[in-house]
Amino acid sequence: MHCRTCKRAAHALLLLLGLWLTTPAFAQPAPAASTADRLAKLEQATANAQMSGDNGWMLVCAALVLMMTGPGLALFYSGLVRRKNVLGTMMQSFAMMGLITVLWAFVSYSLAFSSGNAFIGGLHQAFLHGVGLTPDPDYAATIPLQTYMIYQLMFAIITPALIAGAFAERMKFSAMCVFMILWALVVYSPMAHMVWGKGGLLNASLGGRFPTLDFAGGTVVHVTSGVSALVCALYLGKRLGYPKEPMPPHSVVLSFIGACLLWVGWFGFNAGSALNAGTLATSAFVNTHFGAAAAAIGWSVAEWIRNGKPSALGAISGCVAGLVAITPAAGFVTPMGALAIGALAGVFCYFMVVKVKSWFGYDDSLDAFGVHGAGGTLGALLTGVFARSTINPIFKDAKGNTLPSGLLEGHPGQLLNQAIGIAIAWGLSIVGTLIILKLVDVTIGLRVSAEDEQTGLDLSQHGEHGYDWDIAAS
Amino acid sequence: MQKIEAIIQPSKLEAVKTALVEAGVEGITILEARGHGRQKGHTEFYRGREYSVDLLPKIKLEVVVTDTMAEAAIAAILGAARTGKIGDGKIFVTRVDDAIRIRNEDRGDVAL
Repeated sequence: MHCRTCKRAAHALLLLLGLWLTTPAFAQPAPAASTADRLAKLEQATANAQMSGDNGWMLVCAALVLMMTGPGLALFYSGLVRRKNVLGTMMQSFAMMGLITVLWAFVSYSLAFSSGNAFIGGLHQAFLHGVGLTPDPDYAATIPLQTYMIYQLMFAIITPALIAGAFAERMKFSAMCVFMILWALVVYSPMAHMVWGKGGLLNASLGGRFPTLDFAGGTVVHVTSGVSALVCALYLGKRLGYPKEPMPPHSVVLSFIGACLLWVGWFGFNAGSALNAGTLATSAFVNTHFGAAAAAIGWSVAEWIRNGKPSALGAISGCVAGLVAITPAAGFVTPMGALAIGALAGVFCYFMVVKVKSWFGYDDSLDAFGVHGAGGTLGALLTGVFARSTINPIFKDAKGNTLPSGLLEGHPGQLLNQAIGIAIAWGLSIVGTLIILKLVDVTIGLRVSAEDEQTGLDLSQHGEHGYDWDIAAS
Repeated sequence: MQKIEAIIQPSKLEAVKTALVEAGVEGITILEARGHGRQKGHTEFYRGREYSVDLLPKIKLEVVVTDTMAEAAIAAILGAARTGKIGDGKIFVTRVDDAIRIRNEDRGDVAL
């Protein structure tokens, strides 16, 4: 049926062509117009084809990044807590998938990505006003703006969810919800605007004052969440009984599954940050994978040497540390640079988590700072060292010639730019988080009661428990 | 009638069970337990934090047998549960006054 229609169309075309050829030339309309017309159609078809390809890839990437929060991060974190807090910890991640989504639609997308000043966007895209299906060439010329919006939303969801690792097992669910909403407005949206937004202070591709290279969110996601996590751990204080009572992970198996989902999801996070399905996405994909692998090995070797055994928890923690560190660098460095960044991050974060935390004695329960804060800071600095203009010619002079990117390419000034970006992320996170914590503390209170903490978050905050393996219940 | 309680290594449960059945013991109850005797625990490391685990997983096994069966049952457990290392566990023997089968209220040795 279909084929017959095709044949008919082909015959009709041939007939038309024949007519055109046999008609005297002087009777023709200007052939130039016809050629221009066909060219325009061809251009349109090419553009449509590219948009289909890029859009398909970006929608998959958005889904992959959501998978990092739930189930990835939810499993990773909940395996590390005690059995009585497994659901409470999962809910801290899952709540972000609901709350931050609605907030994003209402106002926080606009604050992050609509044009505004150097520090924060405006409100004219609140309620997604003007965020339609035509691309915004400033951000991504070949995908609908709504695809860009939903992709960026997945980043906004996972970032606050990461902080939850620092106050695990002791924060009220209500307080956590209020804290996260305020944090998304006060810390995340401004930071995302400064690094990625139009006219942002640190934006490297849209003419920021201090161009900071942050491909997929080393500063925006990991430094902000990690540093805010440290502030939370210090402000809330230790869990009851820490560090005297043993609080080992209740299921490294859950954490293992979660970490592996994070690894896979991170391809969407980093390679998707190319915002198209072109060669830069390949670069970022390869670097992401190499960084994770090298860091898993780095952490494991450090642990093996110091502790005598390479643990499963160590290997997966190392992989996450590597993924964090390669995030800002993913679209700027060579595969060999990625291996170096990963290996350094694995060893560095091992040292931060195992040594530095016990020196200072804070209870960053699931090492949100030790992995994300420390790994993100290291990665953002190393991006300034390893960035190559051959991978991503981001800096150009007035004539359009490519300028060197990182220190190893002969651009030491980039290290300073990176340091400025990092310092702003640290400063904003510390100040913003402290203010929000204080506000929530004096209004509704941050911590659960001692009794609720002993009972566990599952029962005290949610009225249920995660596991029912009692023989009497079967 | 005697009750024999044995605390054994979990890995030896299958061997002990088989040995008891071969010795003619009809009923066995086991409980998953944690504990320690003179054996020290072990240490576990999670992200560099050291946790000493001193209550180790054990199996507690209970059988109630006639007086004449008792020594054979004890010998079966000893033979199957021993590795020769610290932590093999212990056997406790106590006298039992009576046994009652719930189904038909049989009493004494016939109820075993």
